[in-house]
Amino acid sequence: MTDVARAARPKTSIWNDRDFRAVVAQVATVGTILAVALYLFNNTRTNLEARHIASGFGFLKSESGFGISEHVIEFSPASTYLRALLVGLLNTLKVAAAGIVLATIWGTLIGIARLSSNWLIRQLTSWYVEIFRNTPLLLQLFLWYVVLTQSLPAARQALHPLPGVSLSQKGLFYPVLEGEPVHLWMAVLFLVGIALAWLWTRRAKALQAATGQPSPLLLPVLGCLIGPPLVAWAIAGFPFRLEIPELRGFNFAGGASISPELTALLFGLVIYTASYIAEIVRAGILAVPRGQTEAARALGLPGGRILRLVVLPQALRVIVPLVTSQYLNLTKNSSLAVAIGFPDLMSVTNTTMNQTGQSVEAIALLMAVYLTISLTISAFMNWYNARIRLVER
Amino acid sequence: MSTADLPVVPVQQAPTVRIGALQWLRTNLFNTWYNAVLSVLALALICLVVERAVGWGLIGAVWSGPASACTEDTGACWAVLGEKGRFIVFGRYTYDEQWRPLVFLLLFVGLVGVSTFRRLWSKWLGLAWALGLIAMGVLMWGGVLGLRFVSHEDWGGLPLTVILAVTAGTFGFPIGIVLALGRRSRLPAIRAVSVAYIELIRGVPLITVLFMAAVMFPLFLPPGMNFDKLLRVVVGLMLFEAAYIAEVVRGGLQALPKGQYEAADALGLTYWRKTRLIVLPQALRLVIPGLVNTFIGLFKDTSLVVIIGLFDFLFGAKTALNDPVWRSAYIEVYLFVAAVYFCFCFFMSKYSQSLERDLQKSARR
Amino acid sequence: MSTAATAVASQAAAGNEVMIELAGVNKWYGEFHVLREINLSVHRGERIVICGPSGSGKSTLIRCINRLEEHQKGRIVVEGIELTNDVKNVDQIRREVGMVFQQFNLFPHLTVLENCCLAPIWVRKMPRAEAEKIAMHYLERVRIPEQARKFPGQLSGGQQQRVAIARALCMSPKVMLFDEPTSALDPEMIKEVLDVMVGLAQDGMTMLCVTHEMGFARTVADRIIFMDRGEIVEMAPPKEFFSNPRSERTKQFLSQILEH
Repeated sequence: MTDVARAARPKTSIWNDRDFRAVVAQVATVGTILAVALYLFNNTRTNLEARHIASGFGFLKSESGFGISEHVIEFSPASTYLRALLVGLLNTLKVAAAGIVLATIWGTLIGIARLSSNWLIRQLTSWYVEIFRNTPLLLQLFLWYVVLTQSLPAARQALHPLPGVSLSQKGLFYPVLEGEPVHLWMAVLFLVGIALAWLWTRRAKALQAATGQPSPLLLPVLGCLIGPPLVAWAIAGFPFRLEIPELRGFNFAGGASISPELTALLFGLVIYTASYIAEIVRAGILAVPRGQTEAARALGLPGGRILRLVVLPQALRVIVPLVTSQYLNLTKNSSLAVAIGFPDLMSVTNTTMNQTGQSVEAIALLMAVYLTISLTISAFMNWYNARIRLVER
Repeated sequence: MSTADLPVVPVQQAPTVRIGALQWLRTNLFNTWYNAVLSVLALALICLVVERAVGWGLIGAVWSGPASACTEDTGACWAVLGEKGRFIVFGRYTYDEQWRPLVFLLLFVGLVGVSTFRRLWSKWLGLAWALGLIAMGVLMWGGVLGLRFVSHEDWGGLPLTVILAVTAGTFGFPIGIVLALGRRSRLPAIRAVSVAYIELIRGVPLITVLFMAAVMFPLFLPPGMNFDKLLRVVVGLMLFEAAYIAEVVRGGLQALPKGQYEAADALGLTYWRKTRLIVLPQALRLVIPGLVNTFIGLFKDTSLVVIIGLFDFLFGAKTALNDPVWRSAYIEVYLFVAAVYFCFCFFMSKYSQSLERDLQKSARR
Repeated sequence: MSTAATAVASQAAAGNEVMIELAGVNKWYGEFHVLREINLSVHRGERIVICGPSGSGKSTLIRCINRLEEHQKGRIVVEGIELTNDVKNVDQIRREVGMVFQQFNLFPHLTVLENCCLAPIWVRKMPRAEAEKIAMHYLERVRIPEQARKFPGQLSGGQQQRVAIARALCMSPKVMLFDEPTSALDPEMIKEVLDVMVGLAQDGMTMLCVTHEMGFARTVADRIIFMDRGEIVEMAPPKEFFSNPRSERTKQFLSQILEH
């Protein structure tokens, strides 16, 4: 700066200086927050001492002393609390994954039905969406749970909708395939089939680019995926043995099962979230300006191609961010399992809290885990959004 | 090639479009073969369901009497509502004074109904709400004007649900605004604190915040001080909803054209004056539908207090069903509760949609 | 092209075969009679400009020709194919008729080149290399070949509309329909689009153009049609139309728009 400029700058009181005030404001805010936090922390420590409750995360190594009815990994009352929380987390992830897949499928179907030219279908789906969106999820879960545990008959009079499958108060039992050596080959060939299908798709695209004639896609891909495993199975002589659940006493044994709690939780979550996803799908498709379909029709493109090449790419840009936040909601809502007795992360943490009394550590851990899951899903969504953003000036 | 006197063509009647029932059915239900199939299936399904529902719910139903009147063979046991209805709706509130929560509910519904008319939005409406809330408080607590005192520990049922939602919403709203402004602040520390709070709360389920409120808040107070359970829950709900309200308000702040901010700055307004007089009035108006939607979510979220043992509307239903005598009447009870929630939420959401349409129309002018 | 040459060309065009025939076409929106007894024959090589106040039905008229709107009474025959609910007919007609919209309606998720190649690849089943060659040819024709790899969002309004014209031309249509192509453009960009349209006309393309640009009409049109309240009020070559309008309504309209 020149001397003139320096001399010409008027002397302002430091209190009026914008940057100084900014610093003061920030220091004051952060300082107050820290002071309050410190105060709360001190109080907590005093209170915990007074109640003779331990602090720290040492409890994670102690024996849990309770059982968990559904566990993906080995668990017994002799396992540690840490292992219990892990089992709960795996259950939460299991419910979240299954719920997301099923809710997406069901929600998309309903969303497309909302746009149907059939008035009756439109009305029915509209009522579906309104009913399930305007009642609390917890109420729906209670209703599903009580229907599944009281309306269904006892194990001895179980319903058999399909041979080998039984539906009763004890849950849904279904037969599982017994392992055969040929299954390994079938799995391997299936993977090979995926690679073949991918190669075929590439070749079909190149062929169309070169000659203009589109090649058949659906049947060859299905053939690649199903054919080789089918052949292997045939060679092995079509082995097919089912482990069928049998009634023993008051319950079933053998086969695989889905507990009423899990069924109620999944049902409730899927049906509730699907109603939101349906509206998002509908909004996304409606968001594509009419001019786009008109221009595509004016060019002579047939309906199916218009959907695939013009409407869906644009609709997905609206749908994906909104649907991702619904996935987040579904994952968080799975914590309501604590109300119907499914041992997810929330339930297990609740039990742990009650037994050890160390609520501060338990809740902190709980929140940290859910926060991590949420932030991961959000990060993925941000990455996806940035990638498909429409390029503009 | 050139044409001169083209005759003036008179307006003709539209061709007989046959807007009769038959034509409507043809275009809306049976226009393609698969639609026809779907329509037939759907109609069959509806007939089946309606027949079963009417048979169970109306014709074979038992409307009053003791539990023994409802056996395996009768239909719906609506008698449970006669017996347990007041318990479910009003909780453990003193039986003889239950007209007070009833008036409370009517007052609330009345105030909300009046507020839906945009023409009445003014200072007078705000005053009406303030007076109404005081009246509602007096009704519930009593102790003055010759009304018997009823401690808030005995409050329950639907009035409690309304109180939870309204209090958490009212007090969470200013916190949400502050957070939204903080998130858009130039000052990095304030922005960081706002973002951290909002992302933390939005990343965890409500039930964890409620647990924290129920279990941890008493630990935060110096030993000896008591933190009332209802207050704990309200504070927890408030802090939770504030984060969601903040995101909605932030949307409005972003949607406001930059020119508004610049014009206010050019006029020499300070930050807080600018925010209070120019930015917030416009931004909030932009997101009223979003705020109503958040309130609907809050109303449904209050049902979670069941899990921490607060006696709200859903808790009433659950407790009523614990009575072994009425244990099998679960569908009737839950349907009743669902119907009430549905009425509240459905009308609020329809209102929010019509509000959105109105605001869009007036914005375009 | 000099006016004399233009006159000779229009005379020649008049003798050509009829490409589009509208006979007794009527359309209603509910109770509102939006097209009234429209009778019109468009010959090959003719350039027709349609003007009129808003709500007169001019856009509806040309949108009926490629079945973006349906007429309820009368016949529309394009290149010997009658427009009915027969899907095959409609597809065939859309291949031969190109349309340019007021709002451009370019596909924002595809590049300029992909916008132009989309229909030739999927409708005319052309190999990609050939489609791209044709696309680049027309992009040069509209004078923006260098924007081929850009996205529509990165172009100005005038450039986008020129891409829209190229996209329609890539299907090698026999007739081009223009629905107020310059109405959504800033004034300085109108000229570049009109220049492209004049070039098209000079190459002998059959055109129906709904527009307010009277200068363009005067230079290029063989016939100018004035529509009001759903009917064709006046139809004449530009010289006659502007100097000697017959109907009162035409006179009133011209006085309003020629003032600027």
